[in-house]
Amino acid sequence: MSDAKTAENPSKSANSRKIAVDVQGASKIFGTGADRVAALDNVSVTIAENEFFTLLGPSGCGKTTLLRLIAGFEQPTAGQILLEGQDISSLPPYARPVNTVFQNYALFPHMTVAGNIAFGLEMLGKPKAEIKQTVAAMLKLVRMEDLANRKTSQISGGQQQRVALARALAPRPKVLLLDEPLSALDLKLRKEMQIELKRLQHETGITFIFVTHDQEEALTMSDRIAVMSKGKILQVGSPREIYDHPAERFVANFIGETNFLEGERTKKGVKLANGVELAVSLPEGLAGKSQVTIVIRPEHARLTARAKTGLPGILRHVVFFGTDTHYHVDLDACGEFIVREQNNRGAAPAFKAGDKVSIAIGENAAQMLRD
Amino acid sequence: MARRFSVTSQPGFVFLAMLTFFLLYLPVATLVFYSFNAGVSVAIWEGFSLRWYHTAMANEAVQEAALRSAFIAFIAAIIATISATMAAIATTRTPEYPGLTFKYAFINQPLMVPEIVTAVALLIVFSRIKIWTDYSGLGYLIAAHTAFCIPFAYLPIRARLESMDLTLERAAADLYATPFQAFRRITLPLLWPGIIAGFMLAFVTSLDDVVITEFVKSGGQETLPTYMLGQLRRSVTPEINAISTIFLGISVLFVTIFFLISRKKN
Ligand SMILES: Nc1ncnc2c1ncn2[C@@H]1O[C@H](COP(=O)(O)OP(=O)(O)O)[C@@H](O)[C@H]1O
Ligand SMILES: [Mg+2]
Repeated sequence: MSDAKTAENPSKSANSRKIAVDVQGASKIFGTGADRVAALDNVSVTIAENEFFTLLGPSGCGKTTLLRLIAGFEQPTAGQILLEGQDISSLPPYARPVNTVFQNYALFPHMTVAGNIAFGLEMLGKPKAEIKQTVAAMLKLVRMEDLANRKTSQISGGQQQRVALARALAPRPKVLLLDEPLSALDLKLRKEMQIELKRLQHETGITFIFVTHDQEEALTMSDRIAVMSKGKILQVGSPREIYDHPAERFVANFIGETNFLEGERTKKGVKLANGVELAVSLPEGLAGKSQVTIVIRPEHARLTARAKTGLPGILRHVVFFGTDTHYHVDLDACGEFIVREQNNRGAAPAFKAGDKVSIAIGENAAQMLRD
Repeated sequence: MARRFSVTSQPGFVFLAMLTFFLLYLPVATLVFYSFNAGVSVAIWEGFSLRWYHTAMANEAVQEAALRSAFIAFIAAIIATISATMAAIATTRTPEYPGLTFKYAFINQPLMVPEIVTAVALLIVFSRIKIWTDYSGLGYLIAAHTAFCIPFAYLPIRARLESMDLTLERAAADLYATPFQAFRRITLPLLWPGIIAGFMLAFVTSLDDVVITEFVKSGGQETLPTYMLGQLRRSVTPEINAISTIFLGISVLFVTIFFLISRKKN
């Protein structure tokens, strides 16, 4: 229990594959003087070939700006963008083998569904027969064969979404950029399209860079996630790494629910205000400060009757959520802590408000934050 | 519950509205009415007849002036529309820079300069050019009409470009279209309604012009409006009403088409 270990190196899985996109120290400054906004601040990230990579962060954190730099709609103020090892920073959008699915779909209103899908291929100067074949294949891929000759204004939002996907996939880009493509859809359709997107990525083998502000969407769909805030990438890792081992307060807060505890660093781990010492996982790039914060997910802890081990406290509220129950515990000298336990059919909760309890922390459950 | 204030429910509203419409259209209605007069007076009704329409159609001076008007309006509107389209693209599709608002105002300046000032200025400049070049054809009228038609063509085209979703052009570039291809395949087809509307407005504006034409035209270059003005100085018969009514019909047709086109979305 005593050896503190570093969270898995998040780029390990990427190194074994070829790199599709390599963003090196990219910054984007808009405006000057008082209007100056650093939409991206020295961002570096590598995205592997055939990866489903997600940029996750709140509105205004720079996700769209990063996509635009990769697509070529904006020029970086500093830094470089490499596509399969080649610097593409100076290429105009039409010379980059990268396609975008726009947030509002941006379908050409004066063309049919098939016309939209054929557009990229026509611009690439592909022969007529090949275009026809590819368009048919794309229509089949997104299950829109019947609507090939409809105007894009005569189909539903979900169908427009599929056309936008087919149009962007038809030229077989090296990388597909998707800017919050599901945010305009209702919940049911969104769930359907999430599965559809995963299938399309699997069938085409194209690298997807997917933007969302929805943490659940990011966790369920991605191979890896980059969590962004205020123009910076705070952490990159698999959904599990990001969820289990958040490196910063922002990441821990943004994704899922969590308990924060303050303590002092010791050789073994972290000593809390109530004297209990916990083994913790350490984040990358940890500075040598002594006062630290640790996080523990509510479901990574268990409630027990008052015992010698664990964190002692008084149970204040029991909140029933259907699938699980939340126990709000007032810890001695350490603030409030929430424990989440799965409900079993027929079993009544073993504790009630006012009970003296202890919280048992699971192995590897405590994660120290960088900040 | 207090009723919301509504201007249409105020006492006398209906009466006032009717009166306004009546006063607005009374002169025009009278003019149209007497164009069908069988007699020679524009004020005393002597029964229905298409006599003055026949007279007007058969009048060679009217035919000539009408054709000249149409010719000038057509050429001027085409040149103005092309210039206005290029100006509209340049002023809506370049990233903002300090002089842009100034340029926008500059393009629309002809709308602000009193027409009589433009007319006098053109008269002076053109008379010089006439002496130097010895050319006295329709070119002067066409040039003058083109100049004052440009802002009329510019406004609907610019409005159309501004309301166009910019991500469409971005999507075209993303799908390997060069800037020229993106313009030809995406921007231009979506801009057509604006261009046609701009052309219509420019055409009607040119067709209707009196002041500048009166100052700029050389001998024997009557347009329909200046011919009509000349006629009014002499004797007035319902022939002028008939010509006006036809003119009115054409203008209404064009302006209606303009409204239908500019209201159409995508
Ligand atoms: N063209 C622009 N001009 C000025 N500021 C911009 C521009 N584009 C984006 N920004 C600013 O950059 C920041 C990041 O924007 P964006 O990349 O669109 O965020 P996100 O897509 O994550 O919501 C925001 O503060 C936004 O206001
Ligand atoms: Mg965005």
